[in-house]
Amino acid sequence: MSPSTRRAPWRQWPAVLVLAAIWVLLWGSLSWGTALLGLAVAVAVVWFLPLPRVATSWTIRPWGLCVLVGRFGADLVVASFQVAWLALRPGPGPRGGVVGVRLTHPGTTHQVVTAELASLVPGSVVVELRPHDRTVYLHVLDLALAGGTDGVRRDIRALEARVLRAFPPKKES
Amino acid sequence: MTGVGQDVWNLVADVLAGACLLLGAFLAFSAGVGVLRFGHLLARMHAVTKPQVLGLILLLLGVALRVRSWSAVAMLALVVAFQLLTSPVAAHMVGRAGFRTGKVRPEDLEVDDLTDERAG
Repeated sequence: MSPSTRRAPWRQWPAVLVLAAIWVLLWGSLSWGTALLGLAVAVAVVWFLPLPRVATSWTIRPWGLCVLVGRFGADLVVASFQVAWLALRPGPGPRGGVVGVRLTHPGTTHQVVTAELASLVPGSVVVELRPHDRTVYLHVLDLALAGGTDGVRRDIRALEARVLRAFPPKKES
Repeated sequence: MTGVGQDVWNLVADVLAGACLLLGAFLAFSAGVGVLRFGHLLARMHAVTKPQVLGLILLLLGVALRVRSWSAVAMLALVVAFQLLTSPVAAHMVGRAGFRTGKVRPEDLEVDDLTDERAG
């Protein structure tokens, strides 16, 4: 990692606060000891394990986020019971396949969020993500249930559209 | 709130906790059956990501409804958050590694855009 991509540790105070909060939660009690030790551990983590800079070229829209999270929860319940049924039903296993879907937005953050959500819902697991040609390859457990390759592509594009509405990208200046 | 009302709420919470625990246990069980029964690596990853995650969420929800202490609920929420963040990444890593090292047989797949794209 070149020094220019490494962020100055003191500019990562939000990460330090989040890590310290997690430390306090893990101890289960808020006291001066846990808070101070949590801050020390958080600073050490940020200092010794630096992460590359991520372009934050997006904003958060609360209503879009509500739609995304609500739909995600419903999809998770449906997908879980579908997979449970496919696992428990008698007879041969389902026939699936690997489908390539081209995403519309070039932003890396949006691609990662879409791919991460797509792994949990709607009946797909990400096998490969290619940022340079924006293509995500998903394994679908039961193609007939997902409405064929076209149904999969439609579902993933709809998921990406919800992600884009929840985190609309800033206009490039 | 009267003492009787408190008892009713405790009963409701207990019944909900029991339902969540049973449903979560059922989903975790079906995830285990799926790992055993599905024919190949990629199909097994589905059992690991979906019913397993929701099963764990329901189990922890049941525990939270029964324990009713904020520090316990905060820690359970933390477990759920990390589960949601890490389980798709783990499935993706295993699936990708399996695909790249040829552990996925072509006859297990109806469609295979990834191999087609590499060949063509």
